This record gives sequence, C-alpha cells and structure tokens, in this order.
Amino acid sequence: MTGTAMEGLVGRGNADGARLFKEWFSELEQAADDDRGAAYVFVMGSLAELLRCFDFPVVFPEINSLQTAVRHVAHDYLNEAEDYGYSPDICGYVKADVATQLRGGTHPMGRIPRPGLAVYTNACNTYIKWAEIWERMYDCPIVTIDVPGSRAAGLKPGPGHPDFENDRAYVLAQLKELIPLLEEKSGVKFDIDLLREKLGYANTAASGWKRVLELNRAKPSVFNALTDGTIYLGVSNCLRGTPEGARYFDDLVEEMEYKAKEGIGTLTEELYRLIFVGVPCYPIFRRFGELFTEWGGTFVNSTYLWFASGGANEGHQYDLDRPLESLAEGLLLGVRDAMDSMFFQTDPLLEMYESFGADGVVYHPIKSCRTVSTGLADNRRAVMDRADVPSLFIESDMMDRRVVSEAQLKNRIDAFFEGLASRRHKAAAGTTQG
Amino acid sequence: MAYAAGVDVGSTQTKAVIVDETGAIVARSLTATGANVIQAAQTAFEEALNEAGLEEREVEYVVGTGYGRYKVTFGNTQVTEISCHGRGAVHMFPDTRTVVDMGGQDTKAIRVSAEGEIIDFCMNDKCAAGTGRFLGAASSALDIPLDELGPTALKGERPVKISTTCTVFAESEVLSWLGKGKKIQDILLGVHQSIAARSAGLLRRVGIEDQVTFTGGVAKNTAMVETLNQRLGLEVNVSDESHYMGALGAALFALDHVLVSRQPAGRGEEVAS
Repeated sequence: MTGTAMEGLVGRGNADGARLFKEWFSELEQAADDDRGAAYVFVMGSLAELLRCFDFPVVFPEINSLQTAVRHVAHDYLNEAEDYGYSPDICGYVKADVATQLRGGTHPMGRIPRPGLAVYTNACNTYIKWAEIWERMYDCPIVTIDVPGSRAAGLKPGPGHPDFENDRAYVLAQLKELIPLLEEKSGVKFDIDLLREKLGYANTAASGWKRVLELNRAKPSVFNALTDGTIYLGVSNCLRGTPEGARYFDDLVEEMEYKAKEGIGTLTEELYRLIFVGVPCYPIFRRFGELFTEWGGTFVNSTYLWFASGGANEGHQYDLDRPLESLAEGLLLGVRDAMDSMFFQTDPLLEMYESFGADGVVYHPIKSCRTVSTGLADNRRAVMDRADVPSLFIESDMMDRRVVSEAQLKNRIDAFFEGLASRRHKAAAGTTQG
Repeated sequence: MAYAAGVDVGSTQTKAVIVDETGAIVARSLTATGANVIQAAQTAFEEALNEAGLEEREVEYVVGTGYGRYKVTFGNTQVTEISCHGRGAVHMFPDTRTVVDMGGQDTKAIRVSAEGEIIDFCMNDKCAAGTGRFLGAASSALDIPLDELGPTALKGERPVKISTTCTVFAESEVLSWLGKGKKIQDILLGVHQSIAARSAGLLRRVGIEDQVTFTGGVAKNTAMVETLNQRLGLEVNVSDESHYMGALGAALFALDHVLVSRQPAGRGEEVAS
C-alpha cells in the first residue's frame, strides 16, 4: 500500500462500521417485510455462530434499544412501555424493546423482525424475564442455556481442569438439545461444516478484537474506547461468525497498527488517559464523550468492551476439529469473562492502569442496570485501597434522559480533571525540586 | 498591593470575595441569583468592589465558580465549586481533611489534602433531600423564616422521624406531623436530624477524616451544626465566612495566577488551575 493509501486508513474502521451497521439493519428490515421470525439473542453469550447455520436473521434487542437512545427517541419508547404498565424502575433496554414490539417492530434504524425464537444464557437475570415477554407476546419458543461458573476472583479453571470439563459437558448437552429445535423452527438441517466455517470467521474477528484492544496501549492511544470502541463493539456482536465481520477486524487491526506506528491519536493533544467502567450514557452519547475530550482526556480501555462483547476481548479461538465442544468452551469462557469484568474488576483494573499508562478511572453506574452497577462503589473502594488511583464516580443512565443531568455530570467531571491537573503539577514541582 | 476575586454563582445566591496578596479577605458580597445569572455575577462583584473601595482594574484576576461559573463573563477562568470549597476550607482551617458543603440544592462531601487538593468527593444526585432546599420546604410548610429554623429546632426535645427522601414529599410529611399535634420544634429538630443523617452518609462515602469543616449557607444554621456534630460524633469547624467559602476558594485560585504572573519568566506553567 502506498503512503497516501495508508493515510486513507485513518477513520476507516468508524466509516466501515457505520456502513455495516446500516446494512445489517437493512437486512433485518427485509426479514421483517418477509415476515421471517428472527432468532433473538443477547450480547453476552449470543451463540450467533450456531444460529447463523440455520439462516435465522439474528436480532440483538439490547442494540436495538440503545440505538433509540443514541438517536434521541428513547424517551418516546420508554414512555410507551410505561404507559402500557412497565415500571419506571426496570431496565430501559427491556422497555424500549417492549415499545418496539408494540409498534410492530418500528425502529429508527428500520423495522425489526418479530422473534421466531429466543436463545440466551443466564449471564443476566433480566435476559430470562425479558424473553418470557416475547413468549407471551408471540407464543415463540425461548431457550435458556444455563452456563455454570465458579465465581471467585482469580479462579479461572480452563480446559483440562475437571471442574471446567464437567461444566463443558453440561453446556454441550444443552447445545445438542437445542439443535433439533433450531432445525424444526428453521427447516434447515444442521451442517457441522457450516458451523466450522462460521467459527473460523469468529476466530478471525476475536483475535482481531483482542489485538485492537492491546494496540490502545500506544501513546497517543489509537482509538477512544468510549466512542470509537462502541462502533467496533457493535460490529463484533452483530457480524459475529460472518465473513464481513472477519474482514472488518482484519482491516481494523491494519488501521490501528498503522496509527500506533505513526503516532496518530484521537485528540490534538492527549493529556489524560482514562479507563471507563460501566455502560455508556447513550442519551447524550456524543456530549458525554466531549465532557472528557474537552479536557484532553481520552478513554484507553473500557470494561464495556469486555462484557458487552460477551468476552470476545479474550480472543478465544475455537478448535475447528471439535466445533460443538469448542463452542461450549467458548460460551463458558466468554460468559465467565463478561461476569468477571463486572464482579472481579480490581485486579484487572489495576493491571490495566499500569500497562496502559492510565491517569484515572471513571466509574459510571446507571439506574437501568443493577447487575452492572451495584458493585461499582465497592469496586472503586477496593481499587483506591490498593493503589493511589484517581477515580471519578458519576451516575446517569444508558437509556433514560430523565435521570441524565448534563450540568451535574459536567460539574463532577470538571472537578475530577482539576484534581488530575493539580496532581500532575504537584508531581512536576516535586520532580523539579528533587 | 495586588488583589484577586472569586465569584460563586450558586443556585439560589451569588457570592463574591476579594482577597489581597496575603490571601486576607478585603471584601465580600451576596446577592440573590435570580433568573439573570450574568447580572447577578456582575452585581455581586461590583458590590464587593464598592465595599473594598477598589476599581475593577485593580483586581488582576477573577475566577468564576458555582453552577453559573461560565456566566461570570468578566472572569478570567472557571474552577468548580468542589475544588473551591476544598481550597477555602483548608485556608480557613489548615487541619481540614474533610469538607461538608451544604448549599441551596446540593450537598457535597469532599476529602482534601493538606494543600487543599481534592482527593475524593461525592454529591447528592438527582434529589435535593439533605440540602438547603429541604429546609426551605420545611420553612414554607411551617411558615417560619429560614433564619429562625435553627433556634426553634434547638428547643425540640422529642424529634419526629422524617422518613421521606424527597424534598417535595417532605413538606407533606411535615404537615402530617402538624396534623398529629406534634410541636413545631420537635418537627424541625426531626428535619435537621434527617438532613444530618443524609449528609453523614455522603461523608462516609468519601471517608471521614478529622478535622471536618462545614461550609455553605446552611452552616449558619445552629441546629444543623449541632445535629451534624451529634451524628458525626465530632465538632465540625464553622467559619464566619462559611457562606462565602466557595467564592473565597475561587479568589485564592485567582490569587495563585496573580502571584505566579509576578514571578520571573518560565515559572508560570506551575499554576495548577
């Protein structure tokens, strides 16, 4: 590639991501027009690779819902669901989806096909109750994959460990039970070679995703984990197990390696490198990011990119010689990593703080999701007890603009940066005097 | 003599403080913020200039703070009131390590270093319970002027339990206690204890380290000081300037700029804010 062509790489991931996202929604609209029942899945443990073998349109309701917030219409959807009887206190993603269903799939990105079935793990307890809503609305089958896991910080039994192998056998048995249902609902016979092909694409995307995350150790960082990262995350989820998804991440690695080599960052001057913990504030997504970038702050990593990618950040590689066993293994590892990134953050955050050369950690608990948010205050305390890490704790929501106050957020964020600036000047003065 | 000023545009009141080059307060002023925030900032500053007998040009640097800090159009820069209250509290009480600031619509708990730098902070979110507004609701429900709330509450002997966490509903709760025949002083003591409990909760989130300095307009309320002391099990510092602590902190940040600008070239980059 020539020098000029290489320069054209910069920004390609964002542009291609936006294009692929639009195309994906167009395909969903076509499926809705054809009245095809879709496979409804969630980002943690989606099993998209398997479902694509049966030619199901794959719908991610969490992504549909957050898109209503990004496009500034979430309040209409939330109000409609609340008028229907849902409490203001429950998950905003659920309510936006309920309103989408009540509207016959009408959505700002295009019409969403109805659920033909739902397949999900128990990674989030809301997933199960959410799917039951579709079951009641559409009388469609819903399948919970029970993913067991040993829950303790640092406890990570892997392949070969007796506990892990027992868990794998348990999950594998559930996958084998699932396949006949998928065949029945789709009319498509299961083809294990097709699964190998899908897993191969997922392997390429996962290794690329892991590499992209690692490349953000570069100074300046090559992408903003809060804003750009969310685009990459969307492709990672929606196009999991597709050639387009694999190619996208090959291209993204090429772009990020180029930016790292050439020292191309996302800000004119990167003053503060931050880590984000939680779910983004989608109702004011762009402005929320600006509240940090205006101070020269950028996010070099985010736990959102771990758990919302279903653990794809680990770059797990499926063994194509044992596709179903390996799929069960990937599901176990992915869901465990997603959960660990919420509940056992302390060690990974401290390691990341050092290895990414970060200046601070921003915790963003949200009203809508207790699973993600409940432990954040304790996690923050644990990190502060272990190391001298500046941190900010701000609360808002991923969907509901009624609990998003930009003035309050700005006040806290400004004070955080004032503290970082003061700390830096003090350190510089100490060095000068020393 | 060099002068610097801080203007704190709060949700209900706007304060201005002018300090000399030693950091001593030479003038202060207070005005209602109202709807015209820019005018309120200008008025407070002009009144402080008048009190000090200074011309505007004699004040070399002005820092705006408070929610309306970006409306201090004549200011040179802005600093959050979180940083300013920390700085002001440590200036008045050098052994301060924790600050509780109670204002019109928010309460802040701030942990500070010996230099007045912010180590951690937290504020009430989404709700004005536990703030000056909560007292305002009680004042309105009981038809007692704000400055008589504290002395009246201190006469209470059997405080009622205020259970609501909402300022709007607090007014109804106060009225319901009146309906049950409770004495006004007991109701008011209950209101103060409720606010003290919520403030103590915020303080615990940042970690309470002695000494604790109480700032903001509500610090003038003697019952609030007393109930906070009881709740925390210590004696909080309260300055006569507590109402002006944010503006004072802003003026001290402004003074930093003035003093650094007088140093030899090459030292200017060491100003923190």
